Amino acid sequence: MKSKKRNHLGLHYTLLTILSIVWIFPIVWIVLTSFRSEGGAFVTYFIPKQFTFENYKMLLTSSTYPFVQWFLNTLFVAICSCILSTLITIAMAYSLSRLRFRARKPFLKLALVLNMFPGFMSMIAVYYILKAMNLTGSLLALILVYSSGAALGFYIAKGFFDTIPMALDESAMIDGASKFEIFTKITLPLSKPIIVYTALMAFMAPWMDFIFAKIILGDNVNKYTVAIGLFTMQTKDKIDQYFMAFTAGCVLIAVPITLLFIFMQKYYVEGITSGSVKG
Amino acid sequence: MKLKSKSEGQLTFRELFKKGDTPIKLSYIFMGTANILNGQIIKGVAFLALQIGFVAWLVVNGFHALSMLQSLGTKAQGWVMDESLGIEVQQPGDNSMLLLLFGIAAIILILLFIFLYIVNLRSARKIFALKQAGQPLPTLKEDLNSLLNEKFYITLMSIPLLGVLAFTILPLLYMISIAFTSYDHNHLPPKNLFHWVGFANFSNVITGDIAGTFFPVLTWTLIWAVLATATTFFFGILLALLINEKGVKGKKVWRTIFVITMAVPQFVSLLLMANLFNGSGPVNAMLQNWGLIDQPIPFLTDALLAKVTVIFVNMWVGIPVTMLVATGIITNLPTDQIEAAEIDGANKFQIFRNITFPQILFVMAPSLIQQFIGNINNFNVIFLLTGGQPANSNFHSAGETDLLVTWLYKLTVTAADYNLASVIGIIIFVLSAVFSLFAYTRSSSFKTEGA
Repeated sequence: MKSKKRNHLGLHYTLLTILSIVWIFPIVWIVLTSFRSEGGAFVTYFIPKQFTFENYKMLLTSSTYPFVQWFLNTLFVAICSCILSTLITIAMAYSLSRLRFRARKPFLKLALVLNMFPGFMSMIAVYYILKAMNLTGSLLALILVYSSGAALGFYIAKGFFDTIPMALDESAMIDGASKFEIFTKITLPLSKPIIVYTALMAFMAPWMDFIFAKIILGDNVNKYTVAIGLFTMQTKDKIDQYFMAFTAGCVLIAVPITLLFIFMQKYYVEGITSGSVKG
Repeated sequence: MKLKSKSEGQLTFRELFKKGDTPIKLSYIFMGTANILNGQIIKGVAFLALQIGFVAWLVVNGFHALSMLQSLGTKAQGWVMDESLGIEVQQPGDNSMLLLLFGIAAIILILLFIFLYIVNLRSARKIFALKQAGQPLPTLKEDLNSLLNEKFYITLMSIPLLGVLAFTILPLLYMISIAFTSYDHNHLPPKNLFHWVGFANFSNVITGDIAGTFFPVLTWTLIWAVLATATTFFFGILLALLINEKGVKGKKVWRTIFVITMAVPQFVSLLLMANLFNGSGPVNAMLQNWGLIDQPIPFLTDALLAKVTVIFVNMWVGIPVTMLVATGIITNLPTDQIEAAEIDGANKFQIFRNITFPQILFVMAPSLIQQFIGNINNFNVIFLLTGGQPANSNFHSAGETDLLVTWLYKLTVTAADYNLASVIGIIIFVLSAVFSLFAYTRSSSFKTEGA
């Protein structure tokens, strides 16, 4: 009986190990490639023959590809839109979940409908609106677009607020608290998971998005975010020359984001499961 | 909970006009008069100022914007003979695109103003009712305080809603209108004008020249969405069960390994996959070194194989996500049923098929349909991995692996066929709407909302 149990767990470990290798393989490959000193996009072996830091050095000092500038741009956009988006999402979700007003239900339906249009169907129009406001090619425009989009992405946070018992609000109201006080003193302190989840998602979005960023920033290389910047290093005519620098850039981006995500994982799960999934 | 129902005996605006005193009657023409003459000076002046601003805008820009909406411009850019100079000069011409955009913005502004006008009348009605009841009118301070209490939603939502109006609703209305115009690569403003063409673009997509691209792309989009959702969902749950099995050590470590791949930005991991599976990429190189194959496998260049590869790579991206969510659910599932089944001698597979899986499916059903819709719109995986390649010469601006969304992107950015792109956008919307409606009416949040 005991050996059967061990066998059975052994199968589990084997499967998990194989799967882990499959999942980790591309990531190991990119890290190894970023340290490879032999040139060319593709080589026929997996482990580099010689290791070097040149790729990183080149990336951090290159003037054609101002990686450091891109990094700072993205960090700036990410921090600003993280703060704004979180404020907006929480405000919208709270209003639509806990407050009662006449336009509530029609608005919930409208938001559902608006969310169903593919996001970048309207990107050209957004571009011209920003152009009319004389904002194209600027990071401010990106922040505006990311955070105004947050006003419609409130469904998960709303789901979370729905689970906080209404009785809490009602007893506070009997004690004479205003809606504002209920919001700041009762609901917000209870909502840490969803706030962290929202902030995390909002912070990560600018690192990942490049469709809107590309359209809005156009050819303004100094204003690029890392996503567009690295993407431009990938074009066919440049890939042989810059492939290792590209992988080095990927490593530099992926490491902090991944660490952040791993530390915040708990909130991600709590946010998703308590917000969107209901039986 | 206070429900705002229409209070009994509230006057209609027509009755209010008949019964109201002169300030209230004047409010129908000059907004805010009732407020100003009853001591709510700042509120009234704000109303009036907004009205004056609106009328001024209407005279300066508004009427023009509206009148041009019908024709979308008549003067094409071109060279005209200037008699006084005796040479041809360039005439700037109308820009149909801007005329349409401004026209729609004008309509939105007018609707906003009508809303404001109603707010003004409501305010007058409130004054009338309070005065009749002999109660004091709210002061500015009380009005502002109510913004933190019974009208707190206004404080919270007004700025976000302005953003939605400017960056979602206005652009969407604009793009929907484009679907009914001739705005394509032959009619690019400011050089050319474009015009309203009714449903011509829709019939072009469904029965005309574009149908030969549309239907294959639509079919692939649906096949992709079904397969992508099903594979990641099913295997994600299996992986979660594998990790959460009793007795498996280092659950956190295993989980983290998979979560890492989820945190790597998609443009990194997917571009990388594209390189891995390249004809001369490492996967092919390794298989060749091991002597398993003679020729590189065309992972991304053969039509069918590219589709298979896309689905496999998507599993790599999507399984950890489902795994993470499913883990949250599995750890909360009641275990008594499973224990009972174990005592009855059920094997692992039976327990999974008859107990665990149905329970997880029940909890995740709404999000499953959301994932399905998300996959219809899954731009990243296709765009970064294959870019829609391999090409198909029979298709208009699309490749074999293009989804409707990536096709929409190409129609806009590369082909400049904005009208077709808009039609595709609307069709994607209809698809998503049908599936969402299906999901929404079945989800429990719908039942509790009672909408």
